[in-house]
Amino acid sequence: MSATRPTTSAQKDISMERQKAMLARHFQELSKVRETGRKVAYTFVPGNLTELISEAGMLGVYPEINALQSGMRQRSADFIHEAERLGHNEDVCTYVKCDIGMLTKGNIGPTGEKLPPPDLLLLSYTGCFTFMKWFELLRREYHCEIAMLHVPYAADGQPTEAMRQYIAKQLRNEVIPKFEKVSGKKLDLDSLAARLRRSALAEEDLSWVLESAKKKPSPIDAYFGAVYYVGPIFTAFRGGEDCIGYYRALRQEVKSRLEHGEGPVTPDGTLAKERFRLVVEGPPNWTHFRDFWKIFYEEGVVFVASTYTKVGGLYDRGFRHGAEKDPLLSLADYCLSCYTNLSLPARVDLLERYVREYAADGFIFNSIKSCKSFSAGQLVMLREVEKRTGIPGAFIESDLVDPRYYSQANIKNRVESYLQMLDQRRRA
Amino acid sequence: MSAEQELERLLDRCERIYGDVALEEVKAWKAAHPGRPAIGHLPVYVPREVIHAAGALPVALQGGGDQVDIVRGDACFQSYICHLPRSTVELGLQGELDLLEGLVFPSTCDVIRNLSGIWQLLFQGKYVRYLDLPQALNDTGGLFYLEDLEGLMNDVAARANQKPDKAAVAASIRLYNRNRRALQLLYELRAEAPQLVAADEAFLVARAGGQMEVSAHSDLVETFVSLARKRNRRKEDRIRVVAIGAFCEQPPLGLLRTLERSGCYVVDDDLNLGARWIQGDVEPGDFPLKALSKAYLVQSTWASVRFEDEQFRGDQLVARVKALRADGVIFAAPSFCDPALLDQPPLQKALTDANLPFISFKYAENTGQFQGFREQAGTFSDSLKLWGTT
Repeated sequence: MSATRPTTSAQKDISMERQKAMLARHFQELSKVRETGRKVAYTFVPGNLTELISEAGMLGVYPEINALQSGMRQRSADFIHEAERLGHNEDVCTYVKCDIGMLTKGNIGPTGEKLPPPDLLLLSYTGCFTFMKWFELLRREYHCEIAMLHVPYAADGQPTEAMRQYIAKQLRNEVIPKFEKVSGKKLDLDSLAARLRRSALAEEDLSWVLESAKKKPSPIDAYFGAVYYVGPIFTAFRGGEDCIGYYRALRQEVKSRLEHGEGPVTPDGTLAKERFRLVVEGPPNWTHFRDFWKIFYEEGVVFVASTYTKVGGLYDRGFRHGAEKDPLLSLADYCLSCYTNLSLPARVDLLERYVREYAADGFIFNSIKSCKSFSAGQLVMLREVEKRTGIPGAFIESDLVDPRYYSQANIKNRVESYLQMLDQRRRA
Repeated sequence: MSAEQELERLLDRCERIYGDVALEEVKAWKAAHPGRPAIGHLPVYVPREVIHAAGALPVALQGGGDQVDIVRGDACFQSYICHLPRSTVELGLQGELDLLEGLVFPSTCDVIRNLSGIWQLLFQGKYVRYLDLPQALNDTGGLFYLEDLEGLMNDVAARANQKPDKAAVAASIRLYNRNRRALQLLYELRAEAPQLVAADEAFLVARAGGQMEVSAHSDLVETFVSLARKRNRRKEDRIRVVAIGAFCEQPPLGLLRTLERSGCYVVDDDLNLGARWIQGDVEPGDFPLKALSKAYLVQSTWASVRFEDEQFRGDQLVARVKALRADGVIFAAPSFCDPALLDQPPLQKALTDANLPFISFKYAENTGQFQGFREQAGTFSDSLKLWGTT
């Protein structure tokens, strides 16, 4: 029996439409850089320096986001095939191959317009070794400036003062001079600081939205729904008025659902009955996003917390841009605290807290073949979270954008068995 | 004892060390040096001088090769993770690494990085240090790395009940300079007369250093080189190849032997790369740790795990192949090794542009079937010998 109220077409949050318009404007601006002369920086989501890009008057392009959108639009298989034809190995990250394939086939962005080449590759090396290899590959294609920002790994659970200073110094001595060289504009640190404080306004509202999942029933799905919610703040919009407006509206929307006791909006309508509250670790699969989600909402599963939606910042744990007065140290704090930069014990601590604070019935790991930064060690993490919470976890496997590694039947089978087990435990 | 017998004895010892997952060599060292710790480290590069100067024996951990049955290690990793971490965990859970007072995990890749976290979770109370080698290859990165080295030095010295000592670091640097020179001689001899030093012999001799006191290993390498020079071996009609991609998880010995039996002389490789990472001598000066930090910035070999700042690796590979008068390149990388595999397309393009032939295959440290490699390498060799091209 379906746990959703039936509808004829895919239901969307009102905020999704607003986000769609923001993205359309952004890609339109990107398509016009030849005329406007605006410079373009390619960068990654974890540890992104969006405020710095905006402050330099440049536009950001996020290759991971392009790849995941290609996945959702069923284009990634072709792109990956193209990259493999060029010699890229089947064992490596499919985001990279999707991006290389897309580039080879004309670099057409998600709105159907050609993406401009980068003037600067901003390599914020935050928690993913593959980022470095990825931009080494892109540099050979574009022959443009590359700015390396080495973000040290917080291996002992907490970033050190030396790490903060190291990042701030790199920003001051290496990264900002490259921005100034490319943009031709002197960076105003006071203006950057003001922009960071504006980011915090949106971060406050996002945190409220994510924490609303503590209520029963949860008004949001903190995984499948939240990957949309984090879109603006993880990418080109943070620090801008659009972004503040988006999160204010999102908060109102969720608040209204909360007041009416409504569950999350799924593609098949509002979830009528919350049967299971789960926490999830790992990115989703993008090529079968809706089918993947359906496995869960059909069973009345609501994800009340997810780690993937923290790769671009752990705002729900209190981080705010601009809290540290020195804008460069504030950016350093941000980079160091992104989920991908956490040690395995710190990730386990976070998952344990999520299970307890969100009163979860269980937790699930979606292990991604492509993403070793996430995946290596997840089986050990799973057992540790089980040990600490006394709740059994589930483990499924898929990939980011390679449809060859997604099996609906296998995942559905495993999820259903897991939920049956949770149900049995509940009855017992 | 004849030179050949002496060589055989020496190679037997190296092969025993290679196959000894129980680290008997380390146990013997500890028995001879009561109270002094042994600190393990993962590939690729860790400045062993620092651990040595702090009074400990640095021990290179290179997985379980094909000597370990993996049972519990497999339960920690999905099928798409490389083999080295699972055999390392297996050895840890079997208690084979209990004699090590701590482990250092360099920033090689995401898997080795996460292995540091697995160690923190599975072996609570053990000293675990993540060494974040700088990817900012400038003074800023150098300063950060220097502080990291000071931290490592202090931690290890505390475990050895020693005070961190500048003079000890300078002395260790000199000992490792000698070791690097000895390894350089070994590699030069192989490049010059590959019939005198087989690929597996060079591999075994270099790798033995991972478990030995540095001076003893330098003696061993120097002895091997001087004895090998005296060998009376006829040069065979084989092609000269450079083998790359095996800088972390090492191939089984059988694979190296197979390559040479298939008509190739391996004249250069990136096996045991950590021991040869720094090119040339390091001048300790008045600030020896700073000298090590500087050496990492300006004297590192090119490697897939280090940010490609100015010089393209492809250009460096082509230059190396030409300098060694190699006929071609064999890309031999472990399955699921992101750094090696992501580097292959641009390296292969550079070779293609320079009209240099290559083949590629993947292996795991416990690969047991070599027929496919033999056929591939044999065909490569035959085609180059017959037609000068593939």
